[in-house]
Amino acid sequence: MSRPEFIAPPEIYYGDTEARKYTQSTRIQQIQVDMTYRALELLNLPHDQPAFLLDIGCGSGLSGEILDEAGYHWVGVDIAPSMLEVALEREVEGDLFLQDIGQGFGFRPGSFDGAISISVLQWLLNAETSHPTSSPPHRLTRFFTTLHSALRNPSRAVFQFYPSSDDQIQLITSIAQKAGFGGGIVVDYPNSNKAKKVFLCLYVGGGGIQQVPQGLEGDEEVESTAKFERRRDRERQRANSGNRKSVKDRNWILKKKELYRKRGKEEVPRDSKYTGRKRRPVF
Amino acid sequence: MVRLITHNLLACHARGCTSNNFPLRFSDAQIETRKADFNADFIRAFMPKLEWSALVDAAKQLGDTSLPLEAPDMLDEEFLKNLHRVLLEIHIEEGSMTCPNCNHRYPISNGIPNMLLAEDEIA
Repeated sequence: MSRPEFIAPPEIYYGDTEARKYTQSTRIQQIQVDMTYRALELLNLPHDQPAFLLDIGCGSGLSGEILDEAGYHWVGVDIAPSMLEVALEREVEGDLFLQDIGQGFGFRPGSFDGAISISVLQWLLNAETSHPTSSPPHRLTRFFTTLHSALRNPSRAVFQFYPSSDDQIQLITSIAQKAGFGGGIVVDYPNSNKAKKVFLCLYVGGGGIQQVPQGLEGDEEVESTAKFERRRDRERQRANSGNRKSVKDRNWILKKKELYRKRGKEEVPRDSKYTGRKRRPVF
Repeated sequence: MVRLITHNLLACHARGCTSNNFPLRFSDAQIETRKADFNADFIRAFMPKLEWSALVDAAKQLGDTSLPLEAPDMLDEEFLKNLHRVLLEIHIEEGSMTCPNCNHRYPISNGIPNMLLAEDEIA
């Protein structure tokens, strides 16, 4: 499957149909929910303290609902109007903004206690026009510098994204560092093609060197395998167990021949006592 | 769903607009009040972040004059409840916000402000 960010810019790709599809697919929902929980874990907010968070690329509010549940107040920005419309229908609690994150934020310094972003950064890596403000490095620089100032000191920002090459990771981290962030990349399940998830953990301030958290290792959880696998297993088992009756018995063959005759097919063999009889071994 | 809590954090981000770009001015605002859960700790923790005079001004533009001109030193329950109502329960549904410096207009429709800039306004 081709990556959606190669097909069209986000505000066009996530039109009405795609936005609805995205929100209704239970598989996507599950993935988003899992990644949001993991991002919150990496965000490591102090317990029993209220927090005001920024959800970058909130889309239809799938991640916002998790934030609501966790009792956080949040502000969401997204560039796709259709996605925001779905978010309105779902009646999420946070304030929503139609904003291009590559143009930077206008939030006052120190506004937020943290930021999360699920599957967004890769959208910043394509140039839509040849205008200098549309080049990925320029947009990333603008995004990270304004985000850095909008975050409280100390705080964290966690981005889950899908890089298509190591160069992209390199570009993003170097620009983030120039913008003043500390931190780095956390890779969950690095040895699994399917479950591998890349998180960019950025720190604002904090004093001294902060350790980047460890990625999760081992196999992904059993839960996250698709549901239909079990059905397929069951069918295979039944086929192999030998309890299944062969469909092509004498009656079936007679029926078929009758059908062919009715349709006027030529050279249908005659019915006889040998029809549909099992051929014995020669000995 | 712009509420005053986010409005109080929002400055203009157009190119070259770096001073006097806060707070954005409301015009033709249609408001709606929706109940929200009261969390005293959150409001108390948020107090230092607020630009008080901007908040009082913005509330006045929306026809709410219940806030004192100066932020009180003692935060009692009644005051926090009122502040909660102003910050989190007043939603601006339609209208627009205008930058006091460059006069850029950010329209609000369906409760969602459009913060997109034209190509020549991007910093």
